[in-house]
Amino acid sequence: MSRLTRADVEHVAQLARLALTDDEIEHLTGELEVILEHAAQIAALDTRDVPPTAHPLPMVNVLRADEVRPSLPRDEVLAMAPASEDGRFRVPRILDAP
Amino acid sequence: MSAIDLATSVRAGARSAREVVDDHLVVVEERDAELHACNLVTADWARTAADAVDVAVRRGDDPGPLAGVPIVLKDNLCTRGVVTTCSSRILDGWQPPYTATVVERVVGAGAIPIAKTNLDEFAMGSSTENSAFGPTRNPRDPSRVPGGTSGGSAAAVAAGYAPLGLGSDTGGSIRQPAALCGVVGVKPTYGLVSRYGLVAFASSLDQIGPFATSVSDAALLLDTIAGPDPMDSTSIASPYEPVLPVVDRGVDGLRIGLVDELVDGDGFQPEVLAAVDQAARALEKAGATVDRVSVPSARYGLSAYYVIAPAEASSNLARYDGVRYGLRVDGDDVATMNARTRDAGFGLEVKRRIMLGTYALSAGYYDAYYGQAQRVRTLIIRDFARAYEQFDALLSPTSPTVAFELGAKAADPLAMYLSDVCTIPTNLAGHAAISVPYGAGEAGLPIGVQVLAPALGEPVMFRVARALEESA
Repeated sequence: MSRLTRADVEHVAQLARLALTDDEIEHLTGELEVILEHAAQIAALDTRDVPPTAHPLPMVNVLRADEVRPSLPRDEVLAMAPASEDGRFRVPRILDAP
Repeated sequence: MSAIDLATSVRAGARSAREVVDDHLVVVEERDAELHACNLVTADWARTAADAVDVAVRRGDDPGPLAGVPIVLKDNLCTRGVVTTCSSRILDGWQPPYTATVVERVVGAGAIPIAKTNLDEFAMGSSTENSAFGPTRNPRDPSRVPGGTSGGSAAAVAAGYAPLGLGSDTGGSIRQPAALCGVVGVKPTYGLVSRYGLVAFASSLDQIGPFATSVSDAALLLDTIAGPDPMDSTSIASPYEPVLPVVDRGVDGLRIGLVDELVDGDGFQPEVLAAVDQAARALEKAGATVDRVSVPSARYGLSAYYVIAPAEASSNLARYDGVRYGLRVDGDDVATMNARTRDAGFGLEVKRRIMLGTYALSAGYYDAYYGQAQRVRTLIIRDFARAYEQFDALLSPTSPTVAFELGAKAADPLAMYLSDVCTIPTNLAGHAAISVPYGAGEAGLPIGVQVLAPALGEPVMFRVARALEESA
């Protein structure tokens, strides 16, 4: 596992949609490096032929009858949004964004 | 007074629920300016609910097994129309449009919610210092942390705000603060308790569970909240077997294993290890057999956890985008608005975990980190399965140390993570565990001993915990 650079951290921040400040990037570069080094202790374990566990319950699919049931109250949900209009969430421009 | 005794006296009409609630609100009033266990005191809700219980008692209706018992709720449990913050600025002021199943169930059983309690932001931390609204202090020594992330609920129960509390445990967030505050804390089997209405952190690990001042009270609360829920597709579908009826059955003939990997390493205080030895001897005296057992891969639990939990968190927390709830910081386009909102709304530890998780899942690193951590998770499950062929339950410290000073680990994320080293393997395996107060360590502060059990091993786990409580 390679060394973490400032450019890596900037790239990851972009993926995570975090507008980090310069200070935060600086700080995180060092900290993430230390944590990743600790995480790398597991790299040495021989896990050939070991299947991954994504979920601790032996559950496959959970089905239910396709019945109409009440959904969340729309007005209550929209009342909690930062901006809404005509029964919808309102967001800044998406298409033709600069 | 225990929750069981309180409910008995309210049900008999010997005390009114209103009087019980008012008495507890006085304690909150007296102590919370110093301790800051509560994000919100729900006094109006509590009095209205208490009056409803009293009306039911007067009418001769069944007010439920928790009638009139005050309870505190970790502030990552949704309560319709009542502000739910996760101790984050990004949700500040948010009123959920629905109520968590566990809250519906405790209220349905007659319990009275008196506060939403403080936590590390989005349940990330081990000390309740990572709250956007300031830290909670330990009622046993206010210069120390209560542990975390359910530190508010643990401190509230320890300080007598309420005999019962609800928390959530992703890597030890119920058990470690229970140990540090000297109360009982339970992490039930994954899937035993519905998570509908629990704000998600790491979905393959998160579980809701009880805080109480006694093992029997914790059993009663678990019996109230456990069982299948159609609103949570990860809840176990088979009917739930209550544990309260079996807690007093003793430990005669049970086989208890002392886990080598969880009592061995730097940073364990000698008093903590001595308490675990004493607990083992007490169980032998009560008729159990105790032997050492090795769960070799448990020592890799922490490393695997700090890949898996941040990876899942980075995905779960993508929903805080300034569109549907809470904070928005404007930008000319959606991506800028998203990124500015998230930088302004999340605290440092949450950003650290999102970054860590995003990195671990990013192209080129996925298999080395996330894939390997998931395979190590399988190894841990296999090693526990081998141990449980020989043993009915396992024993370890809950936390390597007693409560530490505020600020002691704030500058060193890894040192903070290490305080969960004994609790994390249970979450990775999806098993059950309970922390029981057992003696005192440095500066007279409480020590917690952890009893671990396989999935759905709660009946035996509670019997062992009850025997420990008797002998403590």
